[in-house]
Amino acid sequence: MKQYLIIGNGAAAVGAIEGIRSVDKNGEITVISRENHHVYARPLISYYLEGKTDLKHILYRPSDFYEKNSVNVLYGEEAVSVDPDGKTVALKSGKKLGYDSLCVAAGSAPFVPPTEGLGSVPSVHSFMTLDDAETLKSSLTPDSRVLIVGAGLIGLKCAEGILGLCKEITVCDLAPRVLSSILDSDCAAIMQTHLEKMGIKFLLGDTVEKFDGSTAHMKSGCKVGFDVLVMAVGVRANISLVKEIGGECGRGISVNEKMQTTLSDIYAAGDCTESFDITSGTRRVMAIMPLAYMQGHCAGVNMAGGTESIENALPMNSIGFAGLHCLTAGSYDGECYEERFEDGIKRLYVKDNLLNGFILIGKIDRAGIYTSLIRNRTPLDTVDFELLKKFPALAPFGRTYRSEKLGGEV
Amino acid sequence: MKRVYVNEKWCLGCRLCEYNCAYANSGESSMIKALRKKAIRPNITVEEDGDINFAVSCRHCRDPICVKSCISGALSIKDGAVVVDHDKCVGCLTCVLVCPYGCIREGEGGAVQKCELCLNNSFGEPACVKGCPNRAIVFEER
Repeated sequence: MKQYLIIGNGAAAVGAIEGIRSVDKNGEITVISRENHHVYARPLISYYLEGKTDLKHILYRPSDFYEKNSVNVLYGEEAVSVDPDGKTVALKSGKKLGYDSLCVAAGSAPFVPPTEGLGSVPSVHSFMTLDDAETLKSSLTPDSRVLIVGAGLIGLKCAEGILGLCKEITVCDLAPRVLSSILDSDCAAIMQTHLEKMGIKFLLGDTVEKFDGSTAHMKSGCKVGFDVLVMAVGVRANISLVKEIGGECGRGISVNEKMQTTLSDIYAAGDCTESFDITSGTRRVMAIMPLAYMQGHCAGVNMAGGTESIENALPMNSIGFAGLHCLTAGSYDGECYEERFEDGIKRLYVKDNLLNGFILIGKIDRAGIYTSLIRNRTPLDTVDFELLKKFPALAPFGRTYRSEKLGGEV
Repeated sequence: MKRVYVNEKWCLGCRLCEYNCAYANSGESSMIKALRKKAIRPNITVEEDGDINFAVSCRHCRDPICVKSCISGALSIKDGAVVVDHDKCVGCLTCVLVCPYGCIREGEGGAVQKCELCLNNSFGEPACVKGCPNRAIVFEER
């Protein structure tokens, strides 16, 4: 019986389990879970604080998931090193586990830049895990003033999550705009205006020079008083287990289209990896949950002797705040088609007869039709793009496509 | 598995399927209560291509990208049909971002909405099919 070992217990691990079980019903699967929780939907921790989900509904898979898939989960355990020759993984507890096939799905960790005086701050938080969310929640009172360092996806979702639980929120970021990893300045301004209307204050293009207890001295010279600090500057892929034993790594663990690392019988999936982005033509870390699951599944199938590959990965994000949604995909490189409307924008980027990326704010209906154009690298001269760019629909794809896609099982 | 298919040749573009869908999924006991003075948000959409019309609803794909992409675990496959757990869904719209057919939309109660073949409402069989006056929409195995 084959022994499968998975380091990590997030979306990529679930993908790996489901991928393995789609091929091998009997092999032994062991999961090493640092967190003491059944797999939960990590991005939902802000919704948990908002009361839009609870500890029962936040589970990413039903409570009998491990049992049904005959998975042995080691909770509160951590992998400290991998011996690729002896094919074992050493754990924090001192135990050693053997494997025939290993999947590193170790995720990422918050990056906290060294800042003068950070040690003097009484209440410092990260916002990555359910435990982080619980700790943050318990430190908040209706009178709390919160400073969030980082106006990216994590910092802003955190802000939305705690808006009703504290008195005021200030978000600062070194970048001159919000959501700088996915939006340009025009689009970011739309989101910022909306977030400000919700009651969130911003200090952008500014950074904390030093902390002095409950005061942040900003580079601009202003001072921000706060009771609770959330550090949401960014995350770094957990690559050390693979890097230490000579596996190729960039910012993430390098994987090919089958999710193999450069080491034999060692696969990697999810936020700890970097892989090929078809829209930029480069290898990059694409830390997004759908891809984490798909990479995990792909790794699992291949680990179990099946065949699966991912050849069309692209970055994409769906983020919303109090009803205003922002859906983005691909790279913003190429000729831009733009439509503006009240409280929203549409931008499509066309390059070399292909749709290469888009930003949709407000009007987001049927956005997946655009994503599929990017993912499938559909030559735009084979569809009625003049129509399509105004209205995402299937009519502009023509009859042949429709009879293929709508006429039978897909 | 039986799925909903439309025969473009017979589709009149009358949009009755949209109204029947909205009614079937409204939870209301009469069509008037369900639809009167309301902008409907059906799970089936009629499109036009010149003089051709056709209706599009969830394909219930064998390997659905929406289910694989769902960040909350709210979308799953139940007996071949792609269904939403409305209590789990937080309306993040990642599924809207990935569905190549544009067949999932923002719902009213915070969760997304999509065709579930009327298996989870009081109709028990696709209302779009039952109400199609020209029998252009069918529910069959292909």
